[in-house]
Amino acid sequence: MLEVSGLSKSFGGFRAVSDVSLTVDTRQIAAVIGPNGAGKSTLFNLITGHLRPDGGTVRLDGRDITGAPPYRICRMGIGRSFQRTNIFSQLTVFENVQAAFLVHHGRGRNFWLRADSLYREETAALLASIGLAAQEETVAGTLSYGNQKQLELGLALASSPAVLLLDEPTAGMSATETHETIRLLERIAAERALTLLFTEHDMEVVFSIAQKIAVLHQGHIIAEGRPEEVRADPEVRRVYLGHGLTHTQ
Amino acid sequence: MSSSFLFSQFMGGLTTAMFLFLIASGLSLVFGVMRIINFAHGSFYMVGAYLAWQAVQWVHPTGGGFWLAVVIAAVGVGLLGALTERLFFRSLYGREELYQLLFTYALVLILGDAAKFVWGTDQLSVSAPPALAGSVQIFGTTQPLYTLFIIAIGPAIAFALWLLLNRTGAGRMLRAAQMDREMLDALGANVGTIYTLMFAVSAFLAGLSGALVTPIESIVPGMDVLIIVQAFIVVVIGGMGSLWGTFWGSVIYGQVLSFGILIFPGFSLFSVFALMAVILIVRPWGLFGRPL
Amino acid sequence: MTVAASTPMLRRHALAATALRDRILSGGVPWTLVIFLLMATVPWLGSRYDTFLASQITIDALFAVSLNLLLGTTGLVSFGHVAYFGVGAYVCGILMKTYGVPFSLAFPASGLGAALFALVSGYFCVRLIKLYFAMLTLAFSQIIWAIAYKWNAVTGGDQGLPEIPYPHLDWMSSIPGCADLSIGARFYLLTLVLVAVSLAIVHHIIRSPFGRVLTTIRDNPERAAFLGINVRLYQLASFVIAGGFAGLAGALYGIFSRGVFADYVFWSKSAEILIMTILGGAGYFWGPPVGAAALVWLNQVITDYTQYWSFVLGAILLVLLFGFPGGIVGGLDMLWQRLKRLRNA
Repeated sequence: MLEVSGLSKSFGGFRAVSDVSLTVDTRQIAAVIGPNGAGKSTLFNLITGHLRPDGGTVRLDGRDITGAPPYRICRMGIGRSFQRTNIFSQLTVFENVQAAFLVHHGRGRNFWLRADSLYREETAALLASIGLAAQEETVAGTLSYGNQKQLELGLALASSPAVLLLDEPTAGMSATETHETIRLLERIAAERALTLLFTEHDMEVVFSIAQKIAVLHQGHIIAEGRPEEVRADPEVRRVYLGHGLTHTQ
Repeated sequence: MSSSFLFSQFMGGLTTAMFLFLIASGLSLVFGVMRIINFAHGSFYMVGAYLAWQAVQWVHPTGGGFWLAVVIAAVGVGLLGALTERLFFRSLYGREELYQLLFTYALVLILGDAAKFVWGTDQLSVSAPPALAGSVQIFGTTQPLYTLFIIAIGPAIAFALWLLLNRTGAGRMLRAAQMDREMLDALGANVGTIYTLMFAVSAFLAGLSGALVTPIESIVPGMDVLIIVQAFIVVVIGGMGSLWGTFWGSVIYGQVLSFGILIFPGFSLFSVFALMAVILIVRPWGLFGRPL
Repeated sequence: MTVAASTPMLRRHALAATALRDRILSGGVPWTLVIFLLMATVPWLGSRYDTFLASQITIDALFAVSLNLLLGTTGLVSFGHVAYFGVGAYVCGILMKTYGVPFSLAFPASGLGAALFALVSGYFCVRLIKLYFAMLTLAFSQIIWAIAYKWNAVTGGDQGLPEIPYPHLDWMSSIPGCADLSIGARFYLLTLVLVAVSLAIVHHIIRSPFGRVLTTIRDNPERAAFLGINVRLYQLASFVIAGGFAGLAGALYGIFSRGVFADYVFWSKSAEILIMTILGGAGYFWGPPVGAAALVWLNQVITDYTQYWSFVLGAILLVLLFGFPGGIVGGLDMLWQRLKRLRNA
């Protein structure tokens, strides 16, 4: 489904991502983990076209999408959430998701219809499924942090992506919120037959839902495989010593 | 077309270039650290010119004291810059760029009218210092000494700025800030002073060039916006935030303006705009800049 | 640098705006129509001078609304919007005076000409580096000014194009009550109708799916791109539309003031319109027209006391920046919300 091979990116001599190869199969839930500064966000930005790689390719269903601009990559079926929450803060929750539907259905160039009246049912249904139905008239910027993350997921889902990339989906959440978010992600991935690739610092979350884990360290992938394989890997244990992995076994 | 004519055009272009460099370097410096385009930079230049004229009137009404006037104007505008940063800009750092941009725009409006109020709308002029009032013959052309002085001072200032940025502690901090703004916060305590200092240096350069231009061009209302648009074009050509980009951008601007007369007689500004358009298509981040 | 839009200055409190809309619509009073009709009575009830002021307010309102399509809806700050106003004024003036083209053709042509120039200059302004937008808009407007000033053969240079003819408005005599109106008053009525139609179109565009996309770009261009939006293309489209309507305003202004001169295109006019927009309230559709009325009125009052109008504009901008980012309509809206809370409490 998603196939990254030999991807590299340097910033002024610093190799943020170095010869990274990674495959995520259709409907697989995969995680990229690694210490801070390992290159996780850079890797995501390379895949989604926010950064242009120095070398290597990104393929989606066999199609080369390397270096295409973000809006094209989104249209090809990759959705993403961002580490810093990324919503339209002055629009209401409803208007946020409605806008995503408008664009997805190619109505963005329409000058003559009323935006308010379009895709109301789809929007309401999606908001209900991500648990934001009660807040639909709230201005998005005033939502709680957890709700903003939910909304961001809603924006990504409105484009009906085949692959969803989530950058630290539970960052800054309380234990309860984290738990709810993970259940939500699992349910939605199953309902929509999504392929999921996410980064996460919380090892409990990673090992509870990931079917495949890649460990990134100083820009390199040092281990890749099923959770139990990765957990047993001596190199991973060395890198992660004192970083929580050993505690959560 | 004689070679002496070409040489004349070349020297004229170089003079324009060095003035523009003095102005654009300050604009580029503030941008590099604060990511702010200071629309009022041209107003500082204008105030520098008026201050120099005023100082000449005070010091020596018959037309002496040019150098003292230049120092007074440059230091005066530098202080004005520092004061602006301390009084107003400081409270805008936490807020969005739109506010900062609009604030510098408000300064343009206010300073423009303030200058009219204080100095009137008549054209004013200052004569060149006696030591540089003469001229010399080069390649069969007559070159005023003052022009040669300006052509020399451009590289001198460029070198001084380079030293300041590369060989002093404050300069290293500024460059660190250009690379990564958050780094400055990490360095902690002196950030406020660094910003004030940098704003003052930037305004000082604007005031200096404003004072130095007075023997060549007359001082009139509106010179602020005229110059800021040219400085914008220079940084677009050279690359925003790059010292050498600004230097070579100015040199190219000066020469294209000077020789553009041969292509568009009477409207040589056209050739500069055409150049800017081409550069924006081919290298949108400027000749020496980096993609942002 | 992004000229970020999530500022109180541009903030549309979505709830407040809905409330405002509901108040206007469900109150049973069609305020927009009432204001239009009131404005239309000026030639009969007011003096010639009142008609003059009303004309100016009406034209500036369209100009400011076109700027606000960029500022308030798309989140782009243009410092050179007068360029498109100027292109419109010159196209209309040259067509009508030099070539004798009727107004019914020259007027749309001026909008098209301005939109075309906006397409060319906008291509550079929205390209790759966002921070260039502010600089380049100013630079392009100064190019237009330099052309207007130097191209004697076409623009009349520093003499400008005086005595642009009025359109033929004899047909208005057949409308009851209009027979005695002067040509200036008739042109004002025509202006009022054309501006009203233009405002209705802009209003509709803002509420269309296209307009919604523009607001997402204003709020968060990076996120908008990852909805699948080609952000620069939409910014350019918005720039072209805004330029076109500014051109229409320019065409009306040239005829209204009986000539087109290079001064119209000078950068300070851009400043005036920008401040008008923020003064009224960039977060609201009716902000710019309110700002236009306020500033035109203020200009009349103040020029009796001082010639330093730019200074006044700069001072107003400072006060707005540091004290009242929501502008007049924003302030009224806040006051209304507070009163409502008091009544409910």
